[in-house]
Amino acid sequence: MFNLFFIDLGRKVLSFIYFFGGLANLTGQTIYQTFKPPYKYGQIIEQSEKAGYESLPIVSVVALFIGFIFALQFGYFMQRIGSEMYIASLVALAIVRELGPVITALIVAGRVGAANTAELGSMQVTEQIDALETLATNPVKYLVVPRFVALGMMLPLLTLFADIVGIMGSYLICVLKMGITSSMYMNMTFSALLFKDLFTGLFKAWIFGMVIALVSCYEGFNVEGGAVGVGRATTRSVVISFLMILAADCFITALFYFIFP
Amino acid sequence: MIQIQRLSKKFNNNLVLNELSLDVQTGQTCVIIGRSGCGKSVLLKHIVGLLRPDSGKVLVEGREVASLKELELVALRSKISMVFQGGALFDSMNVSENVGFSLLEHTRLSPKEIFARAEESLSLVGLGGIGNLMPSELSGGMKKRVALARAICIKPEIILYDEPTTGVDPITADSINELIRSLHDKLKVTSLVVTHDMKSAYHIADKIAMMYKGRIISEGSPEQIQGTQDPVVHQFINGLSKGPITDAVDIFK
Repeated sequence: MFNLFFIDLGRKVLSFIYFFGGLANLTGQTIYQTFKPPYKYGQIIEQSEKAGYESLPIVSVVALFIGFIFALQFGYFMQRIGSEMYIASLVALAIVRELGPVITALIVAGRVGAANTAELGSMQVTEQIDALETLATNPVKYLVVPRFVALGMMLPLLTLFADIVGIMGSYLICVLKMGITSSMYMNMTFSALLFKDLFTGLFKAWIFGMVIALVSCYEGFNVEGGAVGVGRATTRSVVISFLMILAADCFITALFYFIFP
Repeated sequence: MIQIQRLSKKFNNNLVLNELSLDVQTGQTCVIIGRSGCGKSVLLKHIVGLLRPDSGKVLVEGREVASLKELELVALRSKISMVFQGGALFDSMNVSENVGFSLLEHTRLSPKEIFARAEESLSLVGLGGIGNLMPSELSGGMKKRVALARAICIKPEIILYDEPTTGVDPITADSINELIRSLHDKLKVTSLVVTHDMKSAYHIADKIAMMYKGRIISEGSPEQIQGTQDPVVHQFINGLSKGPITDAVDIFK
């Protein structure tokens, strides 16, 4: 019993090291292939459309609800202390610095990351990735780089969009239900936000985009065991992306806290 | 020429290739026969550099595949084509794009010229005019033939076939055999064919090699193989349920 526990623990530690080794290897290859010509503009645009444009409706809806909810929750407390006018500043900071990038990244990891893993996983089990190699085409260059570049570009743009929609949601609640004037709301929002707030939010989004692309492609490439394997890899891809997004968020927030206090 | 020298490969303690050696001369069609799961596809993947050997060497035109640099491997792969067991067509592309993929990626030909070359290859496998269909709209046999068209579109010097006639009707199987034979006769393409289909093997092979327990246990012309005294080869080529191969499995069970 005791032995089994250590054997199991050892296996988990080894698979953890193996995962990060594999991911680091894929990251290195992807960065190298990204800068090596020829550039696959057509595929980057196609992937950008899938990851960015097609995610707009769900990102809009979620960001709008987040804006509503935050305005109402902050409003509940701020009205008690007679400081409703600060709701705009609080919501703007919370959304731009934290909620915008993280919520957008979680949505994209669930929507685009899962699709990437399922697509690449199916290609792996039907030998399409082997076929690509035999046709003298590097699978990392052909499949990973367009997704990596597209998600790296699209996530900051989606985040910016989510920030605006979220603030609009909060604006609607504050102006229509809490009696704050429109000009007051806008003033409080823009006076609270600094360039570094927007920069840290978008920088985080860029990192999250690359994390989602790499984790989803790595899991897709390592699918084993047919349709069941594809399902398992897709679940793992979403769970690992979520964890890595939150871990990266924590790390980057701490880093910026100490660099730009 | 393909030379395989004492090639070994293990997956999770399962020795799939055990110091396997085989030579295939330029322009020759060599058929590898053996039971399912005995490592025939693994052998093909070593030749095209998809797998790296644990020990031993694979030499193509005198150059060791595992030691080639990225660009050298790309150059080698542009001379070798592989026809996969299930076709391995790209789901996201139509038939023409699949067949012309290599030309699109590695040549400066115009899309019109690539389409013409793809159509020419499709006509060779008897599927002219289906370029606009998607792989999901094709039957299993058609997928195999499209995969064959993709393989011959780049006019390779070596073609590796992984069970090209498995799962297709006898008429399609015969037309695939004829095509392999004509590529051999007209273009002097070197072919390595993995199959269970003995009728196909006798029809297309210059040489047949029997793989068993990770090694080549017998090789020779189709006539020599048909007249073999080796009980393992005799059982396999005659499709007998009783014999040394199945006895070994029964003892193991």
